[in-house]
Amino acid sequence: MQPFWLVTIIVVLALGGFLLGRMRALQSAEGDARVLHSRPNYYGANVFMLTAVPSLIVVALWMVFQPVLIEANVSQMIPDRIVPEGGSKGLVMSDVRRLADGLDVAVAEGALTADQATNIRAEFTNIRERLAEVGVVLGSNVEAEVLTAAQAYRAQSATGALLMAAAGLSLAVAGLGWSLARIGVGFRARNAVETGMLALLILAASIAILTTIGILFSLLFNTIEFFRIYPAADFFFGTTWAPSFSGRGGDSELGVLPLLWGTFYISLVALLVAVPIGLFAAIYLSEYASPTVRSVAKPLIEVLAGIPTIVYGLFALLTVGPLLVGVFGRDGALGVDWMSGGTAVMTAGLVMGIMLIPFVSSLSDDIINAVPQAMRDGSLGLGATHSETIRKVVLPAALPGIVGAILLAASRAIGETMIVVLGAGAAARLDLNPFEAMTTVTAKIVSQLTGDADFSSAVALVAFALGTTLFVVTLGLNVLALYIVRKYREQYE
Amino acid sequence: MTDAATDGLAAAPGKKKRSSLLELDARTKRRNAAEARFKAYGIIAITAGLCFLVGLVWAILSNGLPAFQQAVVKLDYTMTQEQFDEAEAAVLKTAVYTDQFVAYFSDRVREQGIEAEFDADTIERLLGKVGGTIRAFYRENPDHIGQPVAFELSAASRVDRYLKGTFDRGDVSGEGNRFFVPSDFDLVDTLQEAGFIAQVFNWNFITGVDSGVDNAGGAGIGASVLGSFLMMIVVLLLALPIGVAASIYLEEFAPKNWFTDFIEVNISNLAAVPSIVFGILGLAVFIQFAGMPQSAPLVGGLVLTLMTLPTIIISTRASLKSVPPSIRDAALGVGASKMQAVFHHVLPLAAPGILTGTIIGLAQALGETAPLLLIGMVGFIARYPDSFLGGFEGPNSAMPAQIYNWASRSDVVFTEKAWGGIIILLIFLVSMNLIAILLRRRFERRW
Repeated sequence: MQPFWLVTIIVVLALGGFLLGRMRALQSAEGDARVLHSRPNYYGANVFMLTAVPSLIVVALWMVFQPVLIEANVSQMIPDRIVPEGGSKGLVMSDVRRLADGLDVAVAEGALTADQATNIRAEFTNIRERLAEVGVVLGSNVEAEVLTAAQAYRAQSATGALLMAAAGLSLAVAGLGWSLARIGVGFRARNAVETGMLALLILAASIAILTTIGILFSLLFNTIEFFRIYPAADFFFGTTWAPSFSGRGGDSELGVLPLLWGTFYISLVALLVAVPIGLFAAIYLSEYASPTVRSVAKPLIEVLAGIPTIVYGLFALLTVGPLLVGVFGRDGALGVDWMSGGTAVMTAGLVMGIMLIPFVSSLSDDIINAVPQAMRDGSLGLGATHSETIRKVVLPAALPGIVGAILLAASRAIGETMIVVLGAGAAARLDLNPFEAMTTVTAKIVSQLTGDADFSSAVALVAFALGTTLFVVTLGLNVLALYIVRKYREQYE
Repeated sequence: MTDAATDGLAAAPGKKKRSSLLELDARTKRRNAAEARFKAYGIIAITAGLCFLVGLVWAILSNGLPAFQQAVVKLDYTMTQEQFDEAEAAVLKTAVYTDQFVAYFSDRVREQGIEAEFDADTIERLLGKVGGTIRAFYRENPDHIGQPVAFELSAASRVDRYLKGTFDRGDVSGEGNRFFVPSDFDLVDTLQEAGFIAQVFNWNFITGVDSGVDNAGGAGIGASVLGSFLMMIVVLLLALPIGVAASIYLEEFAPKNWFTDFIEVNISNLAAVPSIVFGILGLAVFIQFAGMPQSAPLVGGLVLTLMTLPTIIISTRASLKSVPPSIRDAALGVGASKMQAVFHHVLPLAAPGILTGTIIGLAQALGETAPLLLIGMVGFIARYPDSFLGGFEGPNSAMPAQIYNWASRSDVVFTEKAWGGIIILLIFLVSMNLIAILLRRRFERRW
């Protein structure tokens, strides 16, 4: 837990700096705080900030980039000879990491001395047995090169950690000294602190940008990597989804069309459930319902939005699926043999529709409420009934906003994961029967990436291409919806 | 009178029909019927929505509540020193323990005047490996030898399910199998009448850890509750300060320029990005690039932080916006700097709203599953972490991921556990939301 202690030391140093700075400021004013430019606490805060912030930033960046550099260094030491047939360097590197961790454990448990851990040779010692004694299980016998690499990994990590501690602490001490030296009656501590705080605020606000950049890079890099081993045209226009996990997925067929079809079909069913119910609920609540009914029904319906999707997933798998089979299955109530298993487009779509009802209803409710009362009054004054007013005046006026709300709901449906993972099945097919199991983009991202640490095979990398597709589609829908909603809002402002 | 008049008018050809306020004409009737229909659609829609809610709650409660009950055999058992020595001297030690237990249990049953015959195999079908449990207890507590000890031995999952009504005679065909034979039902009935088998609250489900297929009934959600808790600590420590700082900048300081606009566009888009994309981000950036450990609550917390930030920023900005400008003007007027006005006056007034938004954001993060699947938090976690700080780095699961894990196993006992886990998850979510509502009620100010 070395980084933890390093951070603790820096923080303690900074807290000490705060007290010292405050004291020094009062001293320089000979105890009369009125002479100072700023209040004494600002002098302390300035010392605290200059001590803690730069060194903590350096430590954080160091912790992110050190493993990356060491990884790159060490992986050069691994000759291609020991990379197993059909495997990849990434797998060997994870062996190296596991072995390095194992050596650490062995040293900590006392099974090996620190000296032995750095110097033993695979040729003379059976590492696997020695580590098994302390409870570290290695998959296969250790190759000499892997051991050397692991030892280099350990050595470089240790050096790196030492350098990081040195850099962090010296920066903290330097900040402490410099900021203490600057304290005097004329020093504008408040301005310095406020400038620093503004910088921190801007940094915090920029995290949103950094997140977007992170998403784009993690999607794009791996997608490009994927298209290097798998032709893009086959991915976008292929009609078969058949990943094969043997031979590094070399003979897989990874066409996205069946997945997109499943996604859109399920979303369509969901919208067919959610839009009428949600829209009529919103109309009733905003136009007809008494305040009492509204104050009870609206929060109750919105409870549906607060339920986690895993609950809906379980509901689809274990309640709705068997129920639908009971109606549309072979021995079902209708006597038709349409549905063979509980997981189907209908199951997932229906449950997703329930999830989206509050989404559609509260957005439409806001939008209907934003239609000016004068328009309703005008229509009613001409003798139209309430429903005629709603259908002929209010809804047309609110239409762009409602379309925006539906688009947002559609984007939510397309990106929904847990309901389809549990409720829609795993078979990728292009079919029209809504009682068949189909699968979606999100469900396949989960199944391709769960429990797999090797990112270099086509079957794992395809998940990133799927993620990019998903991101582009949902982003497009969102931007369009927000544009429409904003345009509509301006109309009545 | 009127009827006759209108009839006469309607019958008269060529004359324009005059309407009466007392008599509705066909067109008005049609319009009124349309009005009633339209209103009925609305009522039907609301009812449908509420029915779905009721159905969902009913499904959760009816399937999940049994998970909190466990059938146990209650017995005051006494083991003498000779018995202990005899068992420890044997080759198959637990078998001797089992035999001793069976003999003792038979005596007790006979004392009650009940005709019931059972042997070691029957007991193993009903109670699992009793000998091992008893041996472990007496080896841990040797001072209890010779004194009566109140044992509560948890019954096998089939007995448990029989008492809960999800497993009955129809489910065992013919001679039965090594797990259950038809005569066991009678035995369980007899023992239950005699008060030996009872249903008790299953504490192990709340405090225990996940277990394998051989001990499905012993699986508990405790470790994953801890995993979720550790993640929420990370989310709270990161998302609250960052979210509040970002909102303060955007709401109070940001000049109107392209950079600010860019940040705003990013935030509103991030709020609508599917959660699984955040999982991909976590996998690629935190695990693949920065080499952080897989399945760790720390990484899960970081991913959920990024996911929750937009929610917190949006609600914080709303509550900052609701503080009237006169407060800022007054502070600036008496000589405060802009930073002082914001931190000393606006922020404290906006704090209840910020807190409410944060709790709601946390509740949202607590129920999120998809990103956790990608960063590997669905493994089989059969023990608690060794230390508090190590718990952040070590592999762990989270409540929703554990529920998903149980749901994807085929054993019905795990299905029950999944529903039970949902009840616990919802208890957390409901209490968080209640706290948020109460805070809002208590501290809400109208300016």
